[in-house]
Amino acid sequence: MKLGKILSTLFFWIVGIVTIAPFVVIAGVSVNERKSLTFPPEGFNLGWYGDLFLDAEWREPLMTSLTIAICASLLAVLIAFPVAWFNWRYRTGFGKLVAGLGAMPFLLPPVITAMGFLTFFIILGYYGEFWTVVVAHAIFLVTLPLVSLSLGFEDIDTSLVEASRSMGASETTVLRTVVLPMIRPYVISGFCFVFVISLNEYIIAVMTVGAVFETLPMKIFNALRYGYTPVMAAASVVFVASTVLIFSLVAAFSDLPKLLGARSK
Amino acid sequence: MIQSRPRTPLGYLPILLPAFALIAFYIVPFGSMVGMSFFHNLGGGAYEEVFTLENYARLVSPFFLSVLGTSFEVAFLVALFAIVIGFPFTYLLVNARRGTQVFWLIVMLSVLSLSEAIIGFAWSTLLSRTAGIGVLFEALGLTEKAQSYAPSLGAVLAGVTYIAMPYAVLLLYPILSRIEPDIEQASRTLGASPLRAFFNVIVPMHRTPIVVSFVMIFVFTLGSYLLPQILGRPTNWTLSVVISDQALLQSNMPFAAALSIFLMTVTILLVLLVTLINRKGAKA
Repeated sequence: MKLGKILSTLFFWIVGIVTIAPFVVIAGVSVNERKSLTFPPEGFNLGWYGDLFLDAEWREPLMTSLTIAICASLLAVLIAFPVAWFNWRYRTGFGKLVAGLGAMPFLLPPVITAMGFLTFFIILGYYGEFWTVVVAHAIFLVTLPLVSLSLGFEDIDTSLVEASRSMGASETTVLRTVVLPMIRPYVISGFCFVFVISLNEYIIAVMTVGAVFETLPMKIFNALRYGYTPVMAAASVVFVASTVLIFSLVAAFSDLPKLLGARSK
Repeated sequence: MIQSRPRTPLGYLPILLPAFALIAFYIVPFGSMVGMSFFHNLGGGAYEEVFTLENYARLVSPFFLSVLGTSFEVAFLVALFAIVIGFPFTYLLVNARRGTQVFWLIVMLSVLSLSEAIIGFAWSTLLSRTAGIGVLFEALGLTEKAQSYAPSLGAVLAGVTYIAMPYAVLLLYPILSRIEPDIEQASRTLGASPLRAFFNVIVPMHRTPIVVSFVMIFVFTLGSYLLPQILGRPTNWTLSVVISDQALLQSNMPFAAALSIFLMTVTILLVLLVTLINRKGAKA
């Protein structure tokens, strides 16, 4: 092997190992026998994972986070779908404007969007109500299904649509029988992206419902400030594992490199 | 099949609902924040709806200027580290087998999506005295006794670079995946080693995307709010941390709103700069 090859392989693996190392360490500390922060772990105990699901102090934030993420990703897809469909079907300035508006929240630092929601819901008197965080997450993350759905619509073979239309299918029949089945993987990946990021999101959740509800990221951050418990590590491991699992499913059911903009080869 | 516009006004109905949702729940909240930034703070979460510029006047205070200095210092260094590590990594990634690519893309997406609370906890553990690199260094005999490396500015830089690197990879991935294989081949035929081909051909070729990504990472880093709190001391707090602190703990909504408007202005200016660079790059 040539020197350049050795150096580049070495570099690649060092970056890869450093990327994964923090999770190996928290997975290690999550199985400590006693309530101590040590790595390599001393003894072996999976009880902290049990606490995450059995102890109401941890189970409730977990459930809150899951509920928000499911509702927000459904809502985000419901908002994005008609926009992406409309922009595929017609070429209008208005459609482009709406799509551009949908991309804005994601471009700005999240704390700005969070401040907007905080002021807005305080003025209206809805601060702290559960639905506000669902709406806020859906709007903040609507860019993701918008991008994946637009890619999906571009991919549809228009001759199929033409064929069904020339055989007398109405707009709704075309949508239901031709477009929807082809666009389904993109709907699912859009949903998954919003779900994962909503599950992990902190600042917008704090600024909409932080005084009333506690999500799991808030719980971890608060626990971090008031001292260490291995349940934190267990909760983090479960979150890391589900995040990786969901993205792996997205990769299994769609073309991930293409979804992230790679040239199709 | 593709029409320029719906035949009847009724055809606009599908897009009107999403448009309404985005205006009511994004543009209006935004406007209310702009309004809030001109109100007078009464303390304890209360404010008076009179027009004042005092919140903006506070932006030139020494406290705020030092926060700004820290934010820009962290954002600049992190953007630099993220590009220096992320560019060669992405270049190697796009040339790897498809399976390897998918694996690392999943890892990068996951790191980028994970809560800063989790990343912060993981890094504070990694930098701790009892469970982290301190133990490793002691075992290797590099240090006499294991010590803790957080909180410190170095820890903040390491943590924020850790989340900015995947962002750099995902920004550069689509661009580098479009490199024609002939380019590297040509420079190889002319006798350049792969390393020289990378530094003398690939890097200069991508000056524009590198600068654009640098600015995008800079903006991304300005948005980090939990890592500086978990891994740093209050002197290492960035603008985003100060905004949330003003809004949630000091309950000074008007000042927090004014700070957000300032951060937004900086962001928009930087995004405009990126557009300009991109346009110039396209012409060149």
